[in-house]
Amino acid sequence: MIKIEKLHKSYPMGKDSLHVLKGLDLHIKEGEFVAIMGSSGSGKSTLLNIVGLLDGHDEGNYYLNGQLIENLDEKKAAILRNKFLGFVFQSFNLITYKTAVENVALPLYYQGLGRKERQEIALKYLDKVGLKDRANHLPSELSGGEKQRVAVARALATNPKVVLADEPTGALDSATSDSVMELLKDINREGMTVFVITHEEDIAAQTDRIVRLKDGVIISDEKVNKNVNA
Amino acid sequence: MFDLDRWREIFQAISKNKLRTALSGFTISFAILLFTLLFGIGNGLKHTFEKQFAGDSQNSIYINSGNTTKPYKGLQSGRRIQFRDDDSKFMNDKFEDEIQYFSPNIQRSMQVIYKGEQNRYTIRGVYPDYQPLESAVIQDGRFLSYLDIEKRAKVAAVGRLVEKDLFGSLSAVGKNINMEGISYKVVGVFNDPGGDNDERFIYTPFTTMQGMYKPNDEIDYIGLTFNPELSVDEALAFSNLLTKMLKEKHNVDPRDQGAIRVRNYAEGTKNVQQFMLVLNILIIFIALGTLIAGIIGISNIMVYIVKERTKELGIRKALGATPNSIIGMIMMESIFVTALAGYSGLMLGVFALRAIGDSLEKYFIINPSVETYVVVGATIILIIAGTIAGYIPAKRAASIKPIVALNDE
Repeated sequence: MIKIEKLHKSYPMGKDSLHVLKGLDLHIKEGEFVAIMGSSGSGKSTLLNIVGLLDGHDEGNYYLNGQLIENLDEKKAAILRNKFLGFVFQSFNLITYKTAVENVALPLYYQGLGRKERQEIALKYLDKVGLKDRANHLPSELSGGEKQRVAVARALATNPKVVLADEPTGALDSATSDSVMELLKDINREGMTVFVITHEEDIAAQTDRIVRLKDGVIISDEKVNKNVNA
Repeated sequence: MFDLDRWREIFQAISKNKLRTALSGFTISFAILLFTLLFGIGNGLKHTFEKQFAGDSQNSIYINSGNTTKPYKGLQSGRRIQFRDDDSKFMNDKFEDEIQYFSPNIQRSMQVIYKGEQNRYTIRGVYPDYQPLESAVIQDGRFLSYLDIEKRAKVAAVGRLVEKDLFGSLSAVGKNINMEGISYKVVGVFNDPGGDNDERFIYTPFTTMQGMYKPNDEIDYIGLTFNPELSVDEALAFSNLLTKMLKEKHNVDPRDQGAIRVRNYAEGTKNVQQFMLVLNILIIFIALGTLIAGIIGISNIMVYIVKERTKELGIRKALGATPNSIIGMIMMESIFVTALAGYSGLMLGVFALRAIGDSLEKYFIINPSVETYVVVGATIILIIAGTIAGYIPAKRAASIKPIVALNDE
């Protein structure tokens, strides 16, 4: 599903450049539940941005769903994001003036679906995350956990190949963190590839595979809990 | 092009972000309102000046005669110059192309009586051509005709105020008035934009007056209008030549200012035109200033709006919005808001001007108003400016990497 070969990325910092990713190799298969661990500055967010087509890479190859990603312009990237990827962010990134159901329906709008169909699908996914009764609330009227559930529903709405979650529990307390992780586990169980970035051990421990990143290189890649969750 | 879903997105963005919408709308409305008011008041000033000079035709020339003040060709000064019918013929022959309307004139002050009412009025014996010369407008009946001239008919066209003085609320047309013992039939009533004085004249056929009150073929003075196709300078040249030829004909020293006096309204027109030009330049300057201020205002606000929306745009892009859809959304929103706001500013301005109406007449502002095409043009310019001003930051926002936009707080 996601295949990365010798990936390099550096950011210009004044005269010098900051080498963030130093030749990463990573292969994530369909249906996996992977956590990328690392302290801040390890390059994990950069990796997620590149995987999520939110940022480009300098060297190496990146295959998404078997397709080599190169020379992407913004338009192609936008279409690919819309088709293959669902995002869950630490800060939820819901549009403040749209209700829960409208937020969930937004990626479907960019897919060109009709209004009625969008509404239906959005409601279906809100139901899936247990928030059907909150469909017409604005993000400001929802709790943190509920906002993140809406974000998960939005990520799922286009039925993507991969859900990318960047510190999905970073802004939540432990109880709501657990419920969000349960949700991610549920959708993984249904066959969705889930890619989580976190610096919390107990969050990473709930996934199937933990990839540890330090100073731009992978220092370990181990499978966990496989027999429990499978 | 009409995409209902896209408009729904835009309407939602507009209605859920009232401050933003109000800010950009207000800038445009206010600029258009100011533009309309300034332009309208400027036009009001113009109307005042036009009215000041509306009493007589703008292309009138009046020729009077008097006594010579200089001896010339052996003739003494103090000699009386008298225009006669042959002067009329002379001028019409020489200047057939330049003259539009022409009327010799005999003028008398007479006591006029109708039943119990009487008053003293200026009676003028004129040709039918005199009506356009005075800009008189018939409101009842008719003006004098060439048949009246031919038949030396004892008929009269009276001013609106003459009718009011002598007849009260009754109509004067068809009644007979007595002018120093001779009865004249009123054939028409006229009004005159020149004001009260001009509406207290009584016009009778020139030939009637000449036959009755002048010993032979004498003329008191001559009024004419020049061909309106002449430019102001051509008109002045024409009247100068006319003066010169008349002086020659009557053996008057070319430098004698008293014997033959030609008053050409084109001179005044020239001054007024120059004044109007300055006024116009002033108005255009102010209007342009207002427009530029509006354009700068809307540009600033568009930059602010796009900045404020950076994160939202980042989210949209992460969810699959293409750069073009982002640009399109911002532009359509800005065009919609500016067009609506511009229109309401325009309406507000037009209604304000209508409400002011003639109430500022003592400040020399009459009927302040704007030509629709001017304001619509200004609105379109502002909308285009708003669009361009929106396009630049929208393009920039669309090209920001979504990851940068998402981190914008």
